[in-house]
Amino acid sequence: MLIQEYTAQLIRDYDALSGRMLQILDENGVVKEPELMPALSDAEWLELYKTMVLTRAADDKALQLQRQGRMLTYAPNTGQEAAQVGPAAAMAKNDWLVPAFRELGAWLYRGVPLKTVYLYWYGNEYGSHFPEGVRVLPIAVPIGTQLHHAVGVAMASKIKGENDVTVAYIGDGGTSTGDFNEALNFAGVFNAPVVFIVQNNQYAISVPRTKQTIAKTIAQKAVAAGIPGMVVDGNDLFAMYAAVKEAIERARSGGGPTLIEAYTYRLGAHTTSDDPTKYREDSEVEAWKPRDPLGRMKAYLISKGLWSEEQDLALYEEYGAYALEVFRQVEAEGEPRVEDLFKYTYKEMPAHVREQYEEYLQYLEGKVD
Amino acid sequence: MALMNLITAINHTLDLALAQDERVVVFGEDVGVEGGVFRATVGLQKKYGEERVFDTPLAESAIVGTAVGMALNGLRPVAEIQFSGFVYPAFNQIISHVARMRNRTRGQRYLPMVIRMPHGGGIKALEHHSESLDTFFGHIPGLKVVVPSTPYDAKGLLLSAIRDDDPVIFLEPSKLYRAFRQEVPEEDYTIPIGKAKVVKPGSDLTVVSWGAYLHEALKAAELLQAEGIDAEVIDLRTISPLDRETILESVKKTGRFAVVHEAAKSFGPGAELVALVNEGAFLYLEAPPLRLAGFDITIPLPRGEHHYFMDAQRMAAGLRQVANF
Repeated sequence: MLIQEYTAQLIRDYDALSGRMLQILDENGVVKEPELMPALSDAEWLELYKTMVLTRAADDKALQLQRQGRMLTYAPNTGQEAAQVGPAAAMAKNDWLVPAFRELGAWLYRGVPLKTVYLYWYGNEYGSHFPEGVRVLPIAVPIGTQLHHAVGVAMASKIKGENDVTVAYIGDGGTSTGDFNEALNFAGVFNAPVVFIVQNNQYAISVPRTKQTIAKTIAQKAVAAGIPGMVVDGNDLFAMYAAVKEAIERARSGGGPTLIEAYTYRLGAHTTSDDPTKYREDSEVEAWKPRDPLGRMKAYLISKGLWSEEQDLALYEEYGAYALEVFRQVEAEGEPRVEDLFKYTYKEMPAHVREQYEEYLQYLEGKVD
Repeated sequence: MALMNLITAINHTLDLALAQDERVVVFGEDVGVEGGVFRATVGLQKKYGEERVFDTPLAESAIVGTAVGMALNGLRPVAEIQFSGFVYPAFNQIISHVARMRNRTRGQRYLPMVIRMPHGGGIKALEHHSESLDTFFGHIPGLKVVVPSTPYDAKGLLLSAIRDDDPVIFLEPSKLYRAFRQEVPEEDYTIPIGKAKVVKPGSDLTVVSWGAYLHEALKAAELLQAEGIDAEVIDLRTISPLDRETILESVKKTGRFAVVHEAAKSFGPGAELVALVNEGAFLYLEAPPLRLAGFDITIPLPRGEHHYFMDAQRMAAGLRQVANF
């Protein structure tokens, strides 16, 4: 049996109510399910790992800069890199990515420049203006709303006769919203080519997963919508890649939507504005650290003779320096132009907005006392 | 030319838009097979197929949010909300996403989409079916808000809305759906969004209204005319952006101003228009500007709604005060 067929069957026969979790690479970096191993080359896995390291380094740098008062509120990704990079790598070039707000690894992999990401958290709208051809929507802060956009993008692809698939993200907290349930239902009814990924990082700011829902899994919420749902080890790059790849191909071939629950853990704060020690035990965090997605990939690559601790350290330092350099550019160029604040409310500036803009300019130029 | 009422004009316009532009899709609750509870989309699914004209599950937030996604991916969705009083679950989408997409991406992504819904009351409808939401939508930067008052205008404005690269909230006065018929050309024409229309020229008093009330205001103007008061009646047609020029020009001529609308008075569109007149034509005023608007109460159920909605007599009583001040 071909590997892809095997994965397909696994997902098809998966019982979302069982609570079973798909894992290929265990916490020690050992491949436990070789028959499920996606057919990527060593060099390709190494590249994905490097994106995960860049994500971590960029995160660490952003936190450092935030503490120095140079960066504003920032939402870190630490611990969730595999759940971000794996799915992004499983997408085809023209597929759409619809983010929530904690998917740095996915954005970087899909071609959003780090500078643009930093610009967003720096507080400039150009942080949601991506290079032409990058099919990534801007992040969605209101929680859950973006899944409707994903379904709409996917429906449009289908209506236009294009075979692009849309991959959308949401968090465990977001699954309690009406929008989450509406979107799954719409996607099912219209057989939309969309894959929903829940980064279940166990916390919605301070509220633990157990208080978000008493459902055994989040994946089982797919059952009510009549679509497949599956729990995947979100800290396992191989499993995330394999499951999402299969869900994408299923969607592309007309099989409809899938819900993937990426079971992971937010090692850091929700954002730089909260203190996790107020709502969870250190022992819990410590228990999750050995399951870190970077640690196990590094162990895997080293065991295969593809990587070393020295190279790892050097790469992290290189990316840290790169992130700092990028941030310096953001600091140099990140101040918004006054004109831009007014210019994009409509395609053309209406008379009343133009008047307000011009009056403000007069004030700035000192022409009004 | 054909005689059409407001609802047949909208149906005809959607038909035209679907035929002209394959990016146009039309959807909402009961929109497909049934053709809409008011029959705005009747026959369209049969003609254009289930991919372009379709029923959705019952979820307003999803209807609007899905339209956002479609617009982002190259379509021109025309979404129907069955009754304006049911649109509230979609406010998060409308305010947080629909109105902001162009600005937050600095012009890179924009939403050529229309959200149609019935508007206003006075037809003895059920609870939650008589609301005027022009106030809410008019307050949101990034939205255009249109209220037609005739079948002819409905066609021209709806075609403009569908072709607009910015999102348009299209409020259809339900009282006018079948109120009267009018000659509407079969061919393509548009009416610009943001342009009011002087419906009845006059020299003594400027009256601005829109939607179903426009017709009552015209009747009120006739009553005043018989008394020797020559009111100029303006159909606002677009709530946002406001046509300030037409209003101010008129007020500078007449020196007196009244605005008449269905929505509750406080913080309503009338307050905005009075402020506009005060800021732009204060020294021309010969009387305090007047708002004739809905009471600041919940719209009564059908048995009591006639107390809320104004007829021409009541409007004339108010307007007379401004004219005779």
